[in-house]
Amino acid sequence: MGQLEGKVAFITGAARGQGRSHALTLAREGADIIAVDICAQADTVPYPMATPDDLAQTVKQVEALDRRIVATQADVRDLAALTAAVDQGVAELGRLDIVLANAGISTPAPTLEMDEAVWDEMIEINLTGQWKTIRAAVPHIISGGRGGSVVITSSLAAIYANPSTAHYSAAKAGLVMLMKVLAKELAPHSIRVNTVHPTTVATDMILNEPTYRLFRPDLAHPTRADFEEAARTLNKLPVAALEPADISNAILYLVSDAGRYVTGITHVVDAGGQL
Amino acid sequence: MGMLEGKTALITGGSRGQGRAHAVTCAREGADVVIVDIADQLGTVPYKMATQADLDETVKLVEAYDKRALAIKADVRSQEQLDAAVAQGIAEFGKLDILIDNAGIWTTAPFWELTDDQWDEMIGVNLTGVWKSAKAVAPHMIERQTGSIVITSSTNGLEAGLNYAHYVAAKHGVIGLMKNIALELAPYGIRCNSINPGAILTPMTDHQGAWDMFAGHPGGTEADMLEGGYSFAALKGTTFMDPQVIADTALYLNSDLAAKVTGVTIPVDAGHLILTGINPNPTR
Repeated sequence: MGQLEGKVAFITGAARGQGRSHALTLAREGADIIAVDICAQADTVPYPMATPDDLAQTVKQVEALDRRIVATQADVRDLAALTAAVDQGVAELGRLDIVLANAGISTPAPTLEMDEAVWDEMIEINLTGQWKTIRAAVPHIISGGRGGSVVITSSLAAIYANPSTAHYSAAKAGLVMLMKVLAKELAPHSIRVNTVHPTTVATDMILNEPTYRLFRPDLAHPTRADFEEAARTLNKLPVAALEPADISNAILYLVSDAGRYVTGITHVVDAGGQL
Repeated sequence: MGMLEGKTALITGGSRGQGRAHAVTCAREGADVVIVDIADQLGTVPYKMATQADLDETVKLVEAYDKRALAIKADVRSQEQLDAAVAQGIAEFGKLDILIDNAGIWTTAPFWELTDDQWDEMIGVNLTGVWKSAKAVAPHMIERQTGSIVITSSTNGLEAGLNYAHYVAAKHGVIGLMKNIALELAPYGIRCNSINPGAILTPMTDHQGAWDMFAGHPGGTEADMLEGGYSFAALKGTTFMDPQVIADTALYLNSDLAAKVTGVTIPVDAGHLILTGINPNPTR
């Protein structure tokens, strides 16, 4: 008997990385999944983003766990598309209990040199996109009348400053107060809202040369090993980068019965990085 | 398969209240348990503290899960007694994987009226006792290069509380202590985190003094306190919570689910900390 038997979860950025890991963890615990991903390249993003094939792979893996999944290509900047995707998922799966506002990009750039487009796209996806996700989905949890749980993916960057991440950090810090206000507004409906704050996680958003250069400004073409050497110094536990499952496990705690009185909190999962 | 299969946990203040919930939860998930408790009355504590009978009852509850329980009377203010308890636990079970640093007391008075004894006993148990307990297990965990420590703080580790400045100081203090333990033990792969419980219904909180505090006058009742408890929480229909909710979070922190979580503090408070002061209009 899984911890989420009979529940339905809506997950953004579900084609790969942390989003896929969340989908598989929740499905393993018995939840059906409504998945969206842009499955396309955003203009300012310097690494390859997810593809329709990635999303199809998430669908296959969830179905292999004998759970249902309704997957749609949708951009978190498009409220109408998100609303249509959630509405369709709820129509097919019957209810909504959990929202994971996970979609995000990373586009490192020095604050005084970054293009306006880089700033704008970051805020549109990593901050406004999370609000639009919640705006589209949470009314379904409220109308279910059974309560529920929302987890917003923030970052250690909301707490700990690093050069060339002003737009990313501003978006991720903004999510914290979005979470707290929502937690207060939704508590009367027994809906809990929390953030998770991962340190570096080994996903395609991180494992690319532009990000390696963020960690190793001293090298022209840093490798993964060069990156890991620097990433290791961020953490206190002896580890360079976390696995997506480490974040999925924290989210499982937050959305499951074990976290039933946890709301309005910022859950750091950072191998001691903030110490 | 339990989440703590084959582990051994030492729990201070383990004979009743939150400590008992921790002991029973650890056993349910497959751990053997060392239960440490003073099982005696302290001079400044106005409510009845745990007894040998409470300790015996928790042992029975652990054994009902077919796990072994070792009950040890020890005062967390005594390093000697704690070191002996740890040695006895290791002798009996071969190792200690988990410390739940839970023992605590709660007394009240305006800070300018607190007696030296009230202050010293509070700091001795709720702050220094937490350090001494962690100190007692650390060398063993370092030697084995593994372990998890969970410290019980409070929402009062993050905010003030009227008329218990010594409790607030101790509960704030253990968060700093937790971060330092996490920092100093991380190189050995040992984790340390804390929990900030909101209002939990235990013998420490459920007594005449607390009833009067919530009633706002002498002669208060438990019903007065439970009524007031709704204003302490944001979540619908929530007053004083069952100790199990804290044990569930400690279980998460001590399990593999939290393998990369260290140095963090987790409020389990039904949204108390997002309220400004109290909830003037609780949703029932």
